[in-house]
Amino acid sequence: MTASLDNPVIYKADELIASDIDAYLDVHQHKSLLRFITCGSVDDGKSTLIGRLLYDSKMIFEDQLATLESDSKRMGTQGQDIDFALLVDGLAAEREQGITIDVAYRFFATEKRKFIVADCPGHEQFTRNMVTGASTADLAVILIDARKGVLVQTRRHSYLAKLLGIRNIVLAVNKMDLIDYDQAKYDAIVAEYTEFAASIGISDFTPMPISGFKGDNITEISPNTPWYNGLPLMAHLETVALDNDADQAKPLRMAVQWVNRPNLDFRGFSGQIATGTVHPGDAIRVLPSGKTTTIKKIVTLDGELQEAVAGQSVTLCFNDEIDCSRGDVIAAADNPPEVADQFESTIVWMADDALVPGRSYWLKLGTQMVSATVQAPKYTVNVNSMEHMAAKTLELNAIGVAEISTDKPIVFAPYAENHALGGFILIDKISNATVAAGMLHFSLRRAQNVHWQATDIGRDAHAMLKNQKPRILWFTGLSGSGKSTIANEVEKALHLMNRHTFLLDGDNVRHGLNKDLGFTETDRIENIRRVGEVAKLMADAGLIVLTAFISPFRAERDMVRAMLPEGEFVEIFVDTPLEVAEARDVKGLYKKARAGQLKNFTGIDSPYEPPEHPDIRVNTVEMSPAEAAEYIVRQLMPLK
Amino acid sequence: MTKTLTHLERLEAEAIHIMREVVAEAEKPVMLYSVGKDSAVMLHLARKAFYPSPPPFPLLHVDTTWKFKDMYALREKAARDAGMELIVHQNPEAIARGINPFDHGSLHTDMWKTEGLKQALDTYGFDVAFGGARRDEEKSRAKERIFSFRTATHGWDPKNQRPELWNLYNARKAKSESIRVFPISNWTELDIWQYIHLENIEIVPLYFSAPRPTVTRDGMLLMVDDERFPLQDDEVPVERSIRFRTLGCYPLTGAVESTASTLPEVIQEMLLTTTSERQGRAIDHDQAASMEKKKQEGYF
Repeated sequence: MTASLDNPVIYKADELIASDIDAYLDVHQHKSLLRFITCGSVDDGKSTLIGRLLYDSKMIFEDQLATLESDSKRMGTQGQDIDFALLVDGLAAEREQGITIDVAYRFFATEKRKFIVADCPGHEQFTRNMVTGASTADLAVILIDARKGVLVQTRRHSYLAKLLGIRNIVLAVNKMDLIDYDQAKYDAIVAEYTEFAASIGISDFTPMPISGFKGDNITEISPNTPWYNGLPLMAHLETVALDNDADQAKPLRMAVQWVNRPNLDFRGFSGQIATGTVHPGDAIRVLPSGKTTTIKKIVTLDGELQEAVAGQSVTLCFNDEIDCSRGDVIAAADNPPEVADQFESTIVWMADDALVPGRSYWLKLGTQMVSATVQAPKYTVNVNSMEHMAAKTLELNAIGVAEISTDKPIVFAPYAENHALGGFILIDKISNATVAAGMLHFSLRRAQNVHWQATDIGRDAHAMLKNQKPRILWFTGLSGSGKSTIANEVEKALHLMNRHTFLLDGDNVRHGLNKDLGFTETDRIENIRRVGEVAKLMADAGLIVLTAFISPFRAERDMVRAMLPEGEFVEIFVDTPLEVAEARDVKGLYKKARAGQLKNFTGIDSPYEPPEHPDIRVNTVEMSPAEAAEYIVRQLMPLK
Repeated sequence: MTKTLTHLERLEAEAIHIMREVVAEAEKPVMLYSVGKDSAVMLHLARKAFYPSPPPFPLLHVDTTWKFKDMYALREKAARDAGMELIVHQNPEAIARGINPFDHGSLHTDMWKTEGLKQALDTYGFDVAFGGARRDEEKSRAKERIFSFRTATHGWDPKNQRPELWNLYNARKAKSESIRVFPISNWTELDIWQYIHLENIEIVPLYFSAPRPTVTRDGMLLMVDDERFPLQDDEVPVERSIRFRTLGCYPLTGAVESTASTLPEVIQEMLLTTTSERQGRAIDHDQAASMEKKKQEGYF
């Protein structure tokens, strides 16, 4: 069974290929697809196992085999035998070059199935890598070195597989050849794992004794383990139930990706069906609006379909002209998913910059993209011990449970029920990096029970009575740049013009509403969020609101801008170079900060992100406060 | 009753999903079109993704002027059949300097393809470019993401790539950045051939065997496709029954001797022969990890 350099098992082609290619193609056109992930370190023989699967499924060509043979002689670790690990390694060099490898994907096929293997290298980035690979996997192969038994990393792999909702777990007890195929040792490992698995909620898994190196129980049942009565690994992979099949039994869910409108006579909604099935005539509901209609037809280039199922990408046409656009979800009319804006979630942090609680991130779920804020985590999970630990934030590779809220309601389902409507990513609004992945568990009650109370006198009515267009004049700039002074001059000018105004000053607000807040990044964000909400209420009341806050972060200024109707948020950049502000040092704060007596001082040991496109910019080196104020008022005209 | 989707149906649905995400989120996408079999599959998938609309982006052929004649013929027809605009870009500097694969070695690829692609993307302001690369093509592509981010100068910063979870792709980027998107990343060579067979997709006749004029050079079997091929003193073109497994610039693309003249025969031969696909391309033999290097420079 052992392939050696003297006796390589060369690419033994299927006889059907040579004798009847048409019959062969027919068989291979009806294969299904299984995606799986392998978990284990190099020491567990993971690369050897994957190499063995590629080799035994005849996916290795002669030139690759020749390379493999010469590499095995040159740098193999298996003496005269072929070192299968060399087929899939080759990532080490890249790691040295500093290339981030989250997952490498490999492909092989047998008569029954095509397989996509997600291979996650590395220890240090392991959580991020494995979560990425596991997100699309139907099955996880958890490798154990038979000599070592259940280790800390076995627990970690199992926890992450469970977290990502992988239903099929194979416990591959590898290197059985090195323990002389000892059944008692194997049974003991399986028993220990069974107990651990139950403790994290894994009720079902498939154990098997294998040797990736020798080939035991890979494609054929091994004579070395007569006591094993299960399937060999390959046969198990070929027959295990597919998630995609299970998804078809669930109620219909399809996120709309794109509205297909080639002409006035055709309006279709394109997307990939996440769960369920759909037929012409089916009653459907579009969420979040809740409007209902029936399916007129299912359109594809190959003709109209009488049925489409989970996994297919289709275009649906309705019998009624109802509103539906990208981000909406088409669902079974009698069994729609929930709509909510506050959730409990588990979040896996994937970026070097830690989570900033309260900061606004983009959240992408299905085809919905909304602004979302994450609260400080309730706890983080130690993936080695499963212990819960207190934490204020989430660092790279941390997994935490936290509340998350979105700026508008989204259509969702608990991740355990529906991966497509429960899994999301978070995107940094400035760098555009994907910083986290998460899973929604349930909506929070307060979101379900607190409804917006409609009032009869609206914001337009308030503004009309005051004969002005409400606005927020948001002054931003370094400490000592002259924000408060200029804002005060502007308010005086507006007052003389009989305008109804109010000036919210940074220092003054910290004496009352925000006296519980300090100057950490998190507190600064909360400070701005509250001021934004208050300013918005005042604008709703019809006032022209002036705010004078350093407001150093672009993301928070943009957050306030997003709360208001287009054109009502006026960002005024009081542009004063740091040297000038520091030289002025009206309040003596720079001196204190330089002396280390004041922490987190903007411009010194805390960053200031200047506006990229301010609505108004004043340069206080060239203009006096009065000139700056006059310039600003001129830019604001007309005030109605 | 459960209807288990075949692997090709799932790969097709995935590629269509990716193409639609790009169209929904990108400002000005384009599909790179090389006229090869992978491009043929990409074009077919694009038609499926947006039917009954024509694909809402143009095709871009970064031409080197050294492709096979048969490829130029199919290029025009394929674009017309799909109802898509075809943009052909040839690097004017390469034209002026007469860059060719016989005299200029790897400079040929560098100027016509790498530089030509950058020029075309900049000239037209495309922010997302679809490409037909697959992860199974060679070892270094196995880890490539489906959305690959490029800096303003088209550089590939390996540290600045994003994790891809579920089927959620983050297409947000700064104004000057661009994205290369590979919808058929998870397809293998056999998948491509089976799909072409199943969907009856038109491909360049050079993939099928026919008697063609050839010379052998540096262990590669080259086709004398036009009069620009400089024959050495001792070289006389010999007619052989050949076909190609991949298509590029004709002086750089090795043929295989074959009698396979139908698609099933080609697939049969592919399964029975024992060398991997890229062996026929000179670009890989330049130096170890050459693809990796070319990618960092902005080659697809």
